[in-house]
Amino acid sequence: MIEAHSLTKRYGERTAVQDLSFTVRPGAVTGFLGPNGAGKSTTMRMLLGLDTPTSGRAVVNGKSYADHRAPLHEVGAMLEARAIHTGRSARNHLLALAATHGISVRRVDEVIDLVGLRAVAKKRVGGFSLGMGQRLGIASALLGDPATVILDEPVNGLDPEGILWIRNLLKGLAAEGRTVLVSSHLMSEMALTAEHLIVIGRGRLIADTSVAEFTARAAGDQVRVRTKEAEKLRALLAGPDVTVSSEEPGVLLVTGITSEWIGRVAAEEGIALAELTPQQASLEEAFMELTRDAVEYQAPAAQGVGAGTEGRAA
Amino acid sequence: MTTVTATVIPEAERGEVTQLKVIRSEWIKLRSLRSTLFTLLAAVVAMVGLGYLFSYFTADRWSHLPPGERLHFDPTLTSLRGFFLAQLAVGVLGVLVVSGEYATGMIRASLSAVPRRLPVLWAKALVYGVVAWVLMTAAALIAFLVGQAALSGRHLGTSLGDPGVLRAVFGAGLYLTGVGLIGVGLGALIRNTAGGIATLFGVLLVVPVLVEALPSSWYDAIDKYLPSTAGQGLVHVHAEPNTLAPWTGFAVFCLYAVIALAGAAVALRRRDA
Repeated sequence: MIEAHSLTKRYGERTAVQDLSFTVRPGAVTGFLGPNGAGKSTTMRMLLGLDTPTSGRAVVNGKSYADHRAPLHEVGAMLEARAIHTGRSARNHLLALAATHGISVRRVDEVIDLVGLRAVAKKRVGGFSLGMGQRLGIASALLGDPATVILDEPVNGLDPEGILWIRNLLKGLAAEGRTVLVSSHLMSEMALTAEHLIVIGRGRLIADTSVAEFTARAAGDQVRVRTKEAEKLRALLAGPDVTVSSEEPGVLLVTGITSEWIGRVAAEEGIALAELTPQQASLEEAFMELTRDAVEYQAPAAQGVGAGTEGRAA
Repeated sequence: MTTVTATVIPEAERGEVTQLKVIRSEWIKLRSLRSTLFTLLAAVVAMVGLGYLFSYFTADRWSHLPPGERLHFDPTLTSLRGFFLAQLAVGVLGVLVVSGEYATGMIRASLSAVPRRLPVLWAKALVYGVVAWVLMTAAALIAFLVGQAALSGRHLGTSLGDPGVLRAVFGAGLYLTGVGLIGVGLGALIRNTAGGIATLFGVLLVVPVLVEALPSSWYDAIDKYLPSTAGQGLVHVHAEPNTLAPWTGFAVFCLYAVIALAGAAVALRRRDA
């Protein structure tokens, strides 16, 4: 369990994170989304006690990170900048971390096998590819068998096989009842991996929602209709809350009413429909719309931190 | 499906972080880097090799030396001269022990594992201090022995039993350990390899030269308290003019190391990693 209570971090004049509150629950993968520079990494560093919040508090498994006597058994983390000395071998890196908690050599070899680095475990990390570095970062995070796992952009640099592996790993960790917080700037990746989403932009909370809810909202209410009697249907559908546009002859894009309603109107009037499709606006588009709004906010005052309704209104 | 995280660590095996465990971790870190091996090897070679060369050439040229130099000849110091070069290696590695972690981002992993932070600094200082002390003391001893062997052909050698000689030989190891520890402190304070090294050698090598340019009354007042002059007094069997007593000077030198490490501790606690 991770709780952020009104976290704020300022670096001089610049506010990296502003009044950010959220809770990450165990048993599910929570995606932490935001464009680059949104404050994801800063937030994660505050969760780990590496950066001190200007105000507010971060609590992990019931305590401030620094108050844990055996933090690696509580929280395993991989931070974006690979926090690994390039001159050391992967195994020695893990052995050094393990030694701080008295974790056994057997466990070190176990996590090396788990992430598939056995063949290169004795090679210097400086020669690792980005993907191998990520795997080692994940091995470090899992070393202490922690209840909470925090990973910053774990799929960066992984090949398709590696991405699939991460996806299954994260789901498996959550299924074991762990708290899993994963940051990404790729909405599509999170849609496949996460069940819950925390979206931030410019250091503020934009949305704290389930992926299902986000997907439903992203789907929007646009319906694509194809018919030979497009103009007749357009006139029939007209109403105060309804907008109808057309990008090509015979195709209408309708917002404001459901596909069921359109179908019923067409049936009553005897209009044959060739196509009637609720439009799945892509998640990436929905995400960009949300965060674009966040970027565009000029006055930081009085911005709601609710469920992202502002994003939709724009 | 097996659990994705391999086996579970049972509650009984979940130990707390202790200073001793952090020391073990730092020992693994220090010995698992090639730069450690190369740098320390360089320090030992400088110590022994130069000690022998200085002694050999002094013996070789003895009859050509001016009488003044013969009068002030210190066979112990001659065989230990390599410390001047060895201090570069030992100091650089001291800085690197900390700054290397900042350069690579490793410090975040280290401080996440030990969020109280200070145990990491103490462990680094202790592990590196002990390693530097053991190696440099051994190197000084070897340098002394091969140096005296080279000088003995001209009957210029001395022995460990002579007054002040043992203190000088062990003093070389102690001085170099101190340089290493000041390096560790500066590395943690400055968090940057180039900056740390520049500061360390600015203090040890450049400041004494600048002080020499001062009016002599100022020079006399300041020079003996400089870390280099104060610390190196231990290596001189015969005290140089205008210096502190050897152990007093070394105490002053240690004070510099303590200040550097204390400053590093305060900064480590306060700053974001």
